[in-house]
Amino acid sequence: MKKWKKVMPAVLMAGMLAGCGVAEKDDSVYRVSMVAGTGGVNDQSFNQVSWEGLQSFGAHTGADVRVLESKQASDYLTNIDRATDTYSDLVWALGYSQADAMLTIAKMNPDINFAIVDYAFDESPQNCTGVVFRAQESSFLVGYIAGLTTKTDKVGYVGPMKSFLNDQFQYGYMGGVAYAGHVLGRQIEVQSQFTESYTDAAKAKAISNKMYSNGCDIIFHSAGGAGYGVIESAKENGKLVIGVDTDQSYLAPDNVLTSGMKNTNIAVELVSTMAMEGEKIGGNTYSYGLKEGCVGIPEENKIMDPAVYEQAMALQQMIIDEELTPPVSEETYQSFVEGLGK
Amino acid sequence: MEKTVKFFKKPITATLIAIFCGFLVATVILAVSGYNPFEAFGALLGGIFGRPKYVSNVIIKSTPIILTGVSVAFAYKMGLFNIGAEGQFIVGAVAANVVGIVCDFPAVIEVPLVLLAGVAAGALYGGIAGWLKAKYNINEVIVGIMLNWMALYFSNFVCNVERFHKPESDGAYAIHESGFISFFTNWKTTEAAAEFVQAHPFIGDILRTDANAGILIAIALTFAVSFLLYKTTKGYELRAVGSNRDAAEFAGIDVGKNMVQTMLIAGALSGIAAAIAIAGNNPHGITQLSAFESNGLNGLSVAFIAGGSPIGCIFAGLLFGALLYGGQSIQYVVGAPSEIISILIGTIVFLIALKDMVPVLIDKMGKRGVK
Repeated sequence: MKKWKKVMPAVLMAGMLAGCGVAEKDDSVYRVSMVAGTGGVNDQSFNQVSWEGLQSFGAHTGADVRVLESKQASDYLTNIDRATDTYSDLVWALGYSQADAMLTIAKMNPDINFAIVDYAFDESPQNCTGVVFRAQESSFLVGYIAGLTTKTDKVGYVGPMKSFLNDQFQYGYMGGVAYAGHVLGRQIEVQSQFTESYTDAAKAKAISNKMYSNGCDIIFHSAGGAGYGVIESAKENGKLVIGVDTDQSYLAPDNVLTSGMKNTNIAVELVSTMAMEGEKIGGNTYSYGLKEGCVGIPEENKIMDPAVYEQAMALQQMIIDEELTPPVSEETYQSFVEGLGK
Repeated sequence: MEKTVKFFKKPITATLIAIFCGFLVATVILAVSGYNPFEAFGALLGGIFGRPKYVSNVIIKSTPIILTGVSVAFAYKMGLFNIGAEGQFIVGAVAANVVGIVCDFPAVIEVPLVLLAGVAAGALYGGIAGWLKAKYNINEVIVGIMLNWMALYFSNFVCNVERFHKPESDGAYAIHESGFISFFTNWKTTEAAAEFVQAHPFIGDILRTDANAGILIAIALTFAVSFLLYKTTKGYELRAVGSNRDAAEFAGIDVGKNMVQTMLIAGALSGIAAAIAIAGNNPHGITQLSAFESNGLNGLSVAFIAGGSPIGCIFAGLLFGALLYGGQSIQYVVGAPSEIISILIGTIVFLIALKDMVPVLIDKMGKRGVK
């Protein structure tokens, strides 16, 4: 016991020293830290893609990049706070659920830039940057492809739950299908249903099975992990499916028609580079879409008709040139459909 | 020689050896995957002791798992394996959150109300498993696991009820501020506080965290449980049932009643752990769960490392919390995957499971020495 009393202060001291040894302030290195969401940096999706973007930024510019994983929602605040301890110049938070925590820490550290993916500020503080994606553009594109490809004139949509963020996917897609119907002069029906979960693959599969037996031959999903159930169902029913977030064709090469990709890595790299070059990014919310290459469809689509791909590319150019604005919500969808009728 | 044998036979020694071996295994894994182990452990220590606020964060992280650990240890004394601590924690969090949103009273009433809501929900949930075991002899492990999943989905359901769901987020509203048990919640954001923090960097650093009264409640409850177990007739009965159920029944102890009571108390402990987390830590509300947050399951490991002793759970919980919180620094500073810490913890728990071998081995070696 006595020995312990002697050892403990030494251990404590060693700890303090080690703590101080970490990351001396050094202005010659640009430091970027990232706080990942609860999925972890190996989630094959959002967090991983974003972290890859930051790693590639580090490799290109020589900046010091680090990542902290969150295990629980209560970790967000402590992790973002931890990231400010190492003299970071820029701190990334992944996912809108970190917004409150980020704002709290940003207030205490006015000299550090903070950026968050998938969140738009109503009134952005001078050191906070929001990054959002115009997912309605890629969804519109895949909706158009679905509309051109369907043989039954019935397509499906499986979403996680109604939210402002998910409306982009749902109404963007429905707009694309309606536009294809307008071009072809046919009425194409969209059946929509929600899983109420990002993880319940079994429920998503049951919903898709029902949709396919109702006569849908293509389903688009935006249900995150639950979406694997949709792809599985497509495989078993021998029907087509459209993936989301990343190119999901590797999951079912013969059934995945295309994917509505959201390339958070490109956005992360873009914004980090802007910040490093001294541009004032604080106080802004950036919106990225087809134009910036931050959303879109893969170049390789094994089972898609090449003619359809060409038509889709033409449509993509129209969206980039702002000749066409995909709907983002129920209201904009209604007015979009009415506009087509004229 | 005899002295060494005695030393090695102490349970604490075996635990320390297991912890040491856990670090050895982690060292090997780090070295094999190309990271400097000393740098990594330096980062770990730095992440635990490097700044006052890190120590504060470790304590905050430890608080709920100390309590779930005590919950498991308590039930284990009775011969019950409370794997349902996870579910009891989740329903406790839901109840505390809901009560904290619905009720808006001054702190004197609000804080006890929020905590009691967690206690009641946890106790009820634990009680179900205890009652099924006592009445129908249904295995509490199976029931516990099933109840855990029911709790998870129930929590997600409540999270998405319109009355509680916070818009543009994936969680519920925070409880009213009068229910917070963090220190100086309101004062922290004032200008006087900013000046104070400038003048006293040490305390100021701690104030940046969610430092809260939870740890005091946890320690007090741990001692209360220890007292109940070892200094009261009730505790004697519980332990008697735990060591030999038939003998206890023969001696006139009502086994069934004791089982239900044990699980009620164990559930209450997990429930209050959750209520403390809700009242003490940001974001002060539940979030949509895609997997277990493991507050209850970590309690199993904590109780195990503590050798089933409630007081031991305080230290085991602090160790566990330190590894969980400080472990992130290994990834952050050195870049090694955060899984290293999971392996480290897993190895320690595994070796502690084997620790009964140590006295046997020592005995054998001792005999050889005598020859």
